[in-house]
Amino acid sequence: MVHLYLYGLALILAGALAGAVLPARSRVSGAALLGSIGCTTTLIAATRMLLGGQASVYQTSTVLPFTGVQLSLDPLGALFIVVTAVLGIATSWYGVGYAGKIQRSRIETGMFPLFLACLMLVPVAAGVVTFMVAWELMAVTSFLLLLAEHRSRPEARDAAQWYAAMTQFGAAAILTGLVVLAAHAGSQSFAVIRLHALGLSLGVRSTVFLLVLIGFASKAGAVPLHVWLPRAHAEAASPVSALMSGAMVNLGIYGIIRVGNGLLGGGVLWWWLVVLAIGVASALYGAVQAVASSDLKRLLAFSTIDNIGLVLIGVGAAGALASTGHRLLSALAMLAALFHLTNHAAFKGCLFLAAGSVQHATGTRDLDRLGGLIQRMPVTALLFGIASLSISALPPFNGFASEWLLFQGLLHGFAAKSSITDMALLAGVGALALTGGLTAAAFVKALGIGFLGQARSSEASAAHEVAPSMISGMVLLVIPCVVLGIIPGVVLPALGRATDVGLGGTSAKSVRSGLGLSLSGLSGAIEPALLLLAVLAAIIFAWGILQLVTKLSSRGPARTIEAWGSGRALLTPKMEYTATSFAEPLQRVFVDVLRPSHDAEVTHVAESRYFEHEINYRLQIDDAIERSWYRPLVRYVMAWGNLARRVQNGSTHRYLAFGFVVLVAILVVLA
Amino acid sequence: MIAGASSSGLGAAIGASLLQLFAVALGGPLLMGLMVKIRARAEGRKGPPIRQPLLDLRKLAGKERIHSEHTSNVFFVAPLVFVASIAVAIAISPLATTTPVLSRSADLFVIVFLILTGSVALALAGLDSGTAFGGMGSSRAMTIGALAEPALLVAMLALSIQTQSSNLPEIVSATLAHPGWIASPERPLAFVALLIVVIAETGRIPVDNPSTHLELTMVHEAMILEYAGPELGLVLLGQAMRLGFLFALVANLFFPWGIASNSNPTGLLLGIALLGAKSVILAVAVTLIEISSAKLRLFRVPELLTGGFVLAVLAVVTGLVTR
Repeated sequence: MVHLYLYGLALILAGALAGAVLPARSRVSGAALLGSIGCTTTLIAATRMLLGGQASVYQTSTVLPFTGVQLSLDPLGALFIVVTAVLGIATSWYGVGYAGKIQRSRIETGMFPLFLACLMLVPVAAGVVTFMVAWELMAVTSFLLLLAEHRSRPEARDAAQWYAAMTQFGAAAILTGLVVLAAHAGSQSFAVIRLHALGLSLGVRSTVFLLVLIGFASKAGAVPLHVWLPRAHAEAASPVSALMSGAMVNLGIYGIIRVGNGLLGGGVLWWWLVVLAIGVASALYGAVQAVASSDLKRLLAFSTIDNIGLVLIGVGAAGALASTGHRLLSALAMLAALFHLTNHAAFKGCLFLAAGSVQHATGTRDLDRLGGLIQRMPVTALLFGIASLSISALPPFNGFASEWLLFQGLLHGFAAKSSITDMALLAGVGALALTGGLTAAAFVKALGIGFLGQARSSEASAAHEVAPSMISGMVLLVIPCVVLGIIPGVVLPALGRATDVGLGGTSAKSVRSGLGLSLSGLSGAIEPALLLLAVLAAIIFAWGILQLVTKLSSRGPARTIEAWGSGRALLTPKMEYTATSFAEPLQRVFVDVLRPSHDAEVTHVAESRYFEHEINYRLQIDDAIERSWYRPLVRYVMAWGNLARRVQNGSTHRYLAFGFVVLVAILVVLA
Repeated sequence: MIAGASSSGLGAAIGASLLQLFAVALGGPLLMGLMVKIRARAEGRKGPPIRQPLLDLRKLAGKERIHSEHTSNVFFVAPLVFVASIAVAIAISPLATTTPVLSRSADLFVIVFLILTGSVALALAGLDSGTAFGGMGSSRAMTIGALAEPALLVAMLALSIQTQSSNLPEIVSATLAHPGWIASPERPLAFVALLIVVIAETGRIPVDNPSTHLELTMVHEAMILEYAGPELGLVLLGQAMRLGFLFALVANLFFPWGIASNSNPTGLLLGIALLGAKSVILAVAVTLIEISSAKLRLFRVPELLTGGFVLAVLAVVTGLVTR
């Protein structure tokens, strides 16, 4: 099975080559074609693994010096490959229309499939060196993709800088942790490390766990290591944003599960309480920032932080319950986390692609300048709408199914009857409940302000529907939103196999197979398909009544008239609520978290100070954590950098002198 | 317990659900009328008859259908989704009997998100009208909804800790089997928290004033300002059903006595009658709160809801400590 996977990977790499060498006209489509065929191949391999294949290993002593390459495809890794592959196909198709007539550089078109290949390589890496090489290649390729449009948008440079700094910091932490493990085991292979890790003292294991947690949490975008994410995901080209948000952040979660539960064997309670606490903080902070944001892609990026927080709550609860010996409850929480991760990839991928379509059609992603797009981009509006309802966890879409499962995982966790886990789980439920309402508000804003009402700018009123290839990419991602929402039971066996591996190989069946969700051994079930039928029946009944009433009153069909303007004759789009004004009440409620800065500038008319000529009001909501924690750090680093400049003045003589002094110093020390 | 075990069982369950739906669709508007009446009497006025909301619905049904310009299909579909989501919540919840159709899926999480679905539908419709009022109403309604939802979920969670299940019929049945639970310390806390949420979700004073048309204060009325005729009737019916449903559900969660444990007709009718009585008592209580308090400023409402959330969390903590 791993061989089929490798053929797929080879095809994707061929796509990268095609993107780099083909002539400009066929570059994008060639890369997309080979890339999507390759993704389909890996998708088939990974799906077969999830449905009951035996874990299979591939080793070669070539490619990398000294250690060679170790790959192992197991159900946990396969789940992440499936998610990445589907996103890969969708973004490749989408990319064809997105590139449009603009000439794309060889580096950009070649780098995209390469990034995809790296995303798929990380979950199968079975050795420290292989893992780190794949991990760093993923960082480098995504960094270059992020910079692709830096000429036209200088903000991308700033974003890329933040991304590079955070991701390298994280990678250093992960590498340190893994090297400690490898040194102890005497081998860099994951399988050997796993056998020896329990021989380490708890102190060392805890240090290693915290190190890799820092690294993986920064890749996952968990608070407070999230600062790069809202910038990078907002500034990257939309297909890249979709891959970053739907697939790359997942690998942070993958790392925590693989190392924490796998290599380190589960550990102790407080590890997972830390994970859960990070999850709660991320969920709440992400949700609050998403509500306040009026930049569509920034809103989506913060909502990624929110959803990653929910996943971390599930992973943390699962680890905590496992370390206190509750395997079944633990399996339920882990299953819920993985299910939500999968669902998040589908709806967030679609939302980012749709945001890209909006940007493509209007040239802006500022919600305050959009509006009325449902009239001009009906298909995009519909797809964005479905994905918005999914992410708001409204039935019958997939977000509802996984959040229900997560809720059940936390609720039944109370059965563990330990006061520490009780409080942690309660915090998890509280965060789940709070983010539920806030996410709904954020996406009512995104959908209602962006797509409904009247156009707020000339760009928005001149929008057009996007190319069919872009729509096909979005449709591919909306299908799982609907299918996994209505019949969530169909994917549970596969997710169950991934959960078993994730929790360290023991099998605990927490959910019965079926179309709906039904917990096994615990009380709790939902049948979304039947609920949907009931709602549809009720809608049709209400519609029938409406028709009947219209017929009986014999007043004819609905008439369209002017909207009520409180007596004013003209109702202009300027009078509409904007995204900023929509979010204003919630922004006031969470003023301590958001800490917005605003100022008003009033200029008076020349004749009299009593009449205002113009009022300029500015409201800026930036990342409060970045401002209060990272800015001082950056200033500190800069100050040291300035000191270093004094030593480094560009004179070759001085550098030669430094070299001489150091050499002498070394000789003195050695002597 | 499982609906659909036999075809006659399924039929009886559907019948029971339809009866619940009919009772709440009729009882909700009457409860609203009753609340207006009590208020009028307390203020020394005669007030409109209790059946006035039903008369309003009939009047609206006879009017012309009018859509405002700029609106899309969302504006048309929203009232249908609003009414349908609340109708399904009513049909599957343990109101007259603990065995309505789909009672296995009558999870508190499902109910909370069905209610949220209705709110989201109306909020989108408010924005779809493209007017200042619609957006203002949507913004305010989503603010209140986003803060009321966690309190609702956590307060109901407090009840599900004893039963180790979030299935509402199971919670109700378990309370029937263990009458002592009603005196447990977390119940009063959860009850007050739920009462605050119900007041917020149904748009009553001190959160929202259902009879205002002043733009500074209105929340719900602003959101649905562009609706007219039969569609407005549908929205008003949905609101009344939501009110009736929440009163009935809260009444049954805390005082389930009288609810039928199967679908036989006499038990059902008795269940409906007692449910009506319980809801009336709750409605009177809420009206007394309304009469004795002034509407809060919009920006004070979050404090009230946060209070509700804190009470709900306290209820859960108490429940966890004392179990």
